[in-house]
Amino acid sequence: MVRFILTKLLYLIPTFLGITIIAFGLVRILPGDPVLLMAGERGVSPERHAQLTAMLGYDKPLVMQYFSFLGRLFQGDFGNSLSTNKPVLNEFLTLFPATVELGLCAIFLAVIIGVPVGVLAAIKRGSWFDQISMTSALVGFSMPIFWWGLLLIIFFSGYLGWTPVSGRISYMFYFPNVTGFMLIDSLLSDQEGAFKSAVLHLILPAIVLSTIPLAVIARQTRSAMLEVMGEDYVRTARAKGMPRRRVIGVHALRNAMIPVITTIGLQIGVLMAGAILTETIFSWPGIGKWMVDAISSRDYPVVQSGLLLIAILVMVVNLLVDLTYGLINPRIRVK
Amino acid sequence: MSDISETNVPVKLSDAAIRRRMIAEFWFYFRQNRGAVAGLVVFILLVLIAIFAPLLAPHSPTAQYRDLLLVPPIWQEGGREGYILGTDAVGRDILSRLIFGAQYSLFIGIVVVSVALIGGTIIGLIAGFFGGWIDNFIMRVMDIILAFPSLLLALVLVAVLGPGLTNAMIAIAIVYQPHFARLTRAAVMSEQKREYVTAARVSGAGNLRLMFRTILPNCLAPLIVQATLSFSSAVLDSAALGFLGMGARPPAPEWGTMLAEAREFISSAWWVVTFPGLAILISVLAINLMGDGLRDALDPKLKRS
Repeated sequence: MVRFILTKLLYLIPTFLGITIIAFGLVRILPGDPVLLMAGERGVSPERHAQLTAMLGYDKPLVMQYFSFLGRLFQGDFGNSLSTNKPVLNEFLTLFPATVELGLCAIFLAVIIGVPVGVLAAIKRGSWFDQISMTSALVGFSMPIFWWGLLLIIFFSGYLGWTPVSGRISYMFYFPNVTGFMLIDSLLSDQEGAFKSAVLHLILPAIVLSTIPLAVIARQTRSAMLEVMGEDYVRTARAKGMPRRRVIGVHALRNAMIPVITTIGLQIGVLMAGAILTETIFSWPGIGKWMVDAISSRDYPVVQSGLLLIAILVMVVNLLVDLTYGLINPRIRVK
Repeated sequence: MSDISETNVPVKLSDAAIRRRMIAEFWFYFRQNRGAVAGLVVFILLVLIAIFAPLLAPHSPTAQYRDLLLVPPIWQEGGREGYILGTDAVGRDILSRLIFGAQYSLFIGIVVVSVALIGGTIIGLIAGFFGGWIDNFIMRVMDIILAFPSLLLALVLVAVLGPGLTNAMIAIAIVYQPHFARLTRAAVMSEQKREYVTAARVSGAGNLRLMFRTILPNCLAPLIVQATLSFSSAVLDSAALGFLGMGARPPAPEWGTMLAEAREFISSAWWVVTFPGLAILISVLAINLMGDGLRDALDPKLKRS
């Protein structure tokens, strides 16, 4: 197992370097002078321009610039935002819990609904439940979630007036930031109605973000269950008279869960892409909206480091998924 | 597949006859999936709408009727005859814009899939065929591209290249091609060990002929399925880029861009928001249904069950 982990970690090094090259390269090939861009509309004098260029290292060869960029990364220096002038890493860490909270709730919804639906659909293959749930799953999978979010706002916020349209909590409440998760912080604050407000703010974005993972998980669970139920050991278990419920619950479900867990892990990329759209629609103050705002205001240090941080995050989660997979299924480790 | 007929099949059939049999067999399996057939019908309709858009649309997609702003659909109170789905905030007929929007979606899908398919297939063929450090290097690069969430990378690429439809298509194609490269590589690696490849090599076929004429035709099934799925994702992602203001520029009647313009009217005019999204959903759903059917018909493992 140690060997397995080490190989996986070694494989990450070239990927990590590649990610930094892409993040560095993308912003460097941008048209325009970075110093002029920083100076903004007022412009700078030629002397000051030369001074700034030298100070920021833009006069050095590109390779040197890349290595000093890499060096700063390892010291935790991800540059400063052009619009707020604060360190990008601080901004990222401040906004990150909001995205995590939204993402966790979305994946929670997707799993607690998607897995049972998939199992039931597989057991009752060909029934009306199977057909309706799999049709809905395909609709969910095909859903333009930015439109889905707008529809939910029209209906629940506009027509019924049940939920607020934007943000994480009502302005009426203020409490210290303990965990960064609004649901937990609002409970800790002990203010009446705070938790309810947080839930109402969270529910629509979480539903929207969970739509595609839910569809994928339901479909994957169904096909994994169908495959496993055709295996010899399931037939043997049935043949020796084991109750159907136990055969499905113990023999089939456990084995069917292996590919499903991988699928759940792989949804992190989907969630990040979805967070960009969901957070924009619901003005959710997370890193998805932060990136969109940075791109439209041409805040390149944020774009560069945001892209880098998100890619590293996805990479680490994928590694964890791989390791879990190796833990559950020893056959993978040997390879 | 012509290579199989020359070496393996005992009863000699002409290439055309084999092709006809394969198509007949494919259609036999595809037809059994009712959803796939429905998807195909909707998709053909969509293609026809796109081709005949100038004839079908009651109005020009960009004509602004200044005295008819935000007219509701015809069945609702206040609806006007001739504007079946109502008008938008500057008085353009929504139905006409949706009809012309079909051109955009299909065009985007075709361009993105072609670029990603051709690029990815060539890259995958090279990696799988030559192996060794070339394979290692190429697949690492593909892994790196896959490490970024696709929409985010496409968004940043568009920001770098400059917003617009062409750049959006390039960005999406770049993000999609690793999937094709991986699939091709895997298929090539398993096909390469087969006897017909050795036979062709022994009879003196060069590398290029082996890659493109001998191996590639036998790797097409998974690529076709992936191409269909990428087509629907391309329609979705380009609409998303349009929605974020990074895709087709207004006043283009692209569905995602239409939604972006409609956002501020969600509380006052539901029809401006509802119909473009519905058009996206229906198109993507139809293509995905077709993709499911294709997979079932082309996947030999499922055929037997």
